[in-house]
Amino acid sequence: MVKLMVDGVERTFDGDPDMPLLWYIRDILGLTGTRFGCGMALCGACTVHHGGRPARSCSMAMGTLAGAEITTIEGLGNHLHPVQKAWIKNNVPQCGYCQSGQIMSAIALLKSHPTPTDKDIDVAMAGNICRCGTYQRIRAAIKEAAREMA
Amino acid sequence: MTIKNLSRRGFLRATLSTGAFLLGANLLSEMAWPESESATQAVFHPSVFLGIETNGTVYIVAHRSEVGSGSRTALPRVVADELDADWSRVRIEQAIGDDRYGSQDSEASRSIRQFFDPMREIGASARLMLVRAAALHWRVPETECETGLHAVLHRSSGSKLEYGQLAVTAASLPVPKREELQFKPRRAWHYIGKDASSYDLTNLCTGRALYGIDAHTEGMLYTSIERPPVLGGRVRSLDNSETLRVPGVKQTAIIETFKPPYDVQPVGGVAVIAENTWAAIKGRRRLKVEWDHGPNGSHRSDEYKEELQHAVRQPGKVVRNVGDVDSEFAKGGKIVESEYYVPQLAHVTMEPPTALVDYRDGKVTAWASTQNPQAVQEAIANAVGVSKTEVVCHVPLLGGGFGRKSYSDFAVEAAILSKKVGRPIKVLWTREDDIKHDYYHPVSVMYIKAAIDQQGMPKAWLQRVAFPPIASNYDPTARYGIDFEVAGITNQHFDVPNYRAENAPATAHLRIGILRSVSNIHGLFATYSFTDELAHASGRDPLEYLLTLIGPARIIDPKEQFPFDTGRLLHVLELAAEKAAWGKRRLGTGFGMGIAAHRVSLSYIATVVQVEVSRDGKLRIPRIDTAVDVGTVVNPDNVRCQIEGAAVFGTSIARTGEITVSNGVIDQSNFHDYPVARINEVPYQNNVYVVDSSAPPTGVGETGVPLILPALCNAIFAATGQRIRQLPLSRSELV
Repeated sequence: MVKLMVDGVERTFDGDPDMPLLWYIRDILGLTGTRFGCGMALCGACTVHHGGRPARSCSMAMGTLAGAEITTIEGLGNHLHPVQKAWIKNNVPQCGYCQSGQIMSAIALLKSHPTPTDKDIDVAMAGNICRCGTYQRIRAAIKEAAREMA
Repeated sequence: MTIKNLSRRGFLRATLSTGAFLLGANLLSEMAWPESESATQAVFHPSVFLGIETNGTVYIVAHRSEVGSGSRTALPRVVADELDADWSRVRIEQAIGDDRYGSQDSEASRSIRQFFDPMREIGASARLMLVRAAALHWRVPETECETGLHAVLHRSSGSKLEYGQLAVTAASLPVPKREELQFKPRRAWHYIGKDASSYDLTNLCTGRALYGIDAHTEGMLYTSIERPPVLGGRVRSLDNSETLRVPGVKQTAIIETFKPPYDVQPVGGVAVIAENTWAAIKGRRRLKVEWDHGPNGSHRSDEYKEELQHAVRQPGKVVRNVGDVDSEFAKGGKIVESEYYVPQLAHVTMEPPTALVDYRDGKVTAWASTQNPQAVQEAIANAVGVSKTEVVCHVPLLGGGFGRKSYSDFAVEAAILSKKVGRPIKVLWTREDDIKHDYYHPVSVMYIKAAIDQQGMPKAWLQRVAFPPIASNYDPTARYGIDFEVAGITNQHFDVPNYRAENAPATAHLRIGILRSVSNIHGLFATYSFTDELAHASGRDPLEYLLTLIGPARIIDPKEQFPFDTGRLLHVLELAAEKAAWGKRRLGTGFGMGIAAHRVSLSYIATVVQVEVSRDGKLRIPRIDTAVDVGTVVNPDNVRCQIEGAAVFGTSIARTGEITVSNGVIDQSNFHDYPVARINEVPYQNNVYVVDSSAPPTGVGETGVPLILPALCNAIFAATGQRIRQLPLSRSELV
């Protein structure tokens, strides 16, 4: 039996402790904004926040998450986060599939580095693949969100 | 195309109210209109394109799949513009698969090119009917009425009726003949040619957008399929006892291996069916399967490369011929020849192939992440023995396509399993499945030989390509490509008097498919690497050389629907060079610029890539400048997005794109051994210049991909003197 918080709601899980958080979020809770991309923490499509830090939900077993506080893209709330606003303003997404993960990584980056350099962005975002190639706009949107949040 | 007033038909009441005005557009004019249809589908009926509610909401159908290239927004905006509709009051309904829409095959950069005019016609027809409805209401001649935004206006009286108020009357009117329509002049367009964001943008940024992988239906089960490691292999023995002990696993089921030709049939394997994705994956890991590998079990990419290299040095099938290259070669002038290699490539869409299918009493409902829902209908119908019209295929958003999702095999897997199990089944490919069982972009070897004159200009040009053909999908013995598979070498436009393109034969041992820009990827890598080699061989500037090679501005093939206008090509080439400050910076000692220009998907494009190469081979791309002329532009910012992204796609191919095979088994499995570009590796500044043009609209999605390969490698040559003839760059220790 694992108790954890997901998007501010207390949840109890008594299934297979090996189940990755990703599949719990998607298949059991029905929160589909968090995406599957690789299953090996290589692409970042499944990024959520674990205690406020970015984490790849495809590679975190439920059995290790007792007491964890998880935030998914749905848990950002009903109002758009400044990062989401910057994404919209810069018309970042193409297919959009990876963008939940990109946005979750970017929000975490701006928490730790409120005025990130290009290098900071490279380091924080290199784990998130976008196959449509929206990286230039992602970089611009992160810088814009940083200005807005300053 | 024929347009009909469908307002009085009995369907659609689930979506729209009784008073709504509905226009149907049958894009296949030869197809009969249905007299009665069931109203059970809670989506737009497949002959309706446009609906106007009495409250003024305008519904427009998007009939092409949205892979991220923007057609779901762009085509409805064309309708809305001609209709004078207020975009904020437009709701887009995604079409199901149905032949009445005409082709829904969303590949080859065709959506805008093929449907720009039909969308305008639908919009203009509805607008005229609304004007006529208002004229009837006011009892004035229609010539006194005009449309403003979302309303009809009567000039002299100042009266105004909103579209919603006119819906009921318009619904009773006959559809005007095409000759009666008045299309808006370009200067009156309010949406076409203006930047717009995706209709789905907010949902894409909040996680609310629904993709194929997100499809859900009552009672569904999940599956993960262990497929034969070698194409054409089959299950010899299966022990599923450990699998069935995994909590949540319901059962296993064997999917028969295809009978050749494979086309879009499943590759076969063992499906583990479970209550959730994880249980299916975990159960699959505990399967014990022995395989018969079949005839492809000895296929090795190193040996195969040598076969292609041998084949390309022999005469092949002539696929285009101008003049007589042989007699020019025989004259004994200066000959330059070169050979190029591009490996096999995988698509790796971020959302892997996925479909949910519910087979029930001879009827099928599918939600498929597909670029071609009509093909899904047909493939499922064939596989489970129902008629195509009994298959309803819903099309959620696609998490990327790039051609992979033009093939329906994954939806067929779900249909077969649903029929077997009696429950709705969701198939989700893991990344490993995706990389190991793709329809690969073919490995290829290209050979080019030219006889050059004193100035270094070619008098004769022979270009040959050897690759396993997509044609093998449909005929296992096929060794030559279909026309579009050699387009990358036949669409040559140089001012060369003797030219011959040949396709050397090769047998396929893997599934081969289309990938964003198809044969241009390897064809143009060879062509524009070679032009650069020719320029340097005679000490000429590559830009000046290309301009000379293209020759004077002229129309090459005036009888074609989209004639090749070298003037437009010269223009983008000069524009890209000017923006990149070509020739103004000193090259060498680690800095270089490379250039290429071509027509891709009927659009003219030129690109200049800048590179910095450190002494230890670290490659950086500080800047790319690309100029495109895609004819009339519906959404300029979307064109920029596509070209920016295509450059990234191209750099992925060039730097690390390589799928290899050992004993019939793909060596790569996930992003660690099949890397794609990440934010720290991509062009830092990726500038796109969209030429203002009133020519008919042409392709965008594929256009930016192929030239990145030669322009990048030409830049590396300028920076280092190292000529890259074999990709990927990681093999040359350049990363």
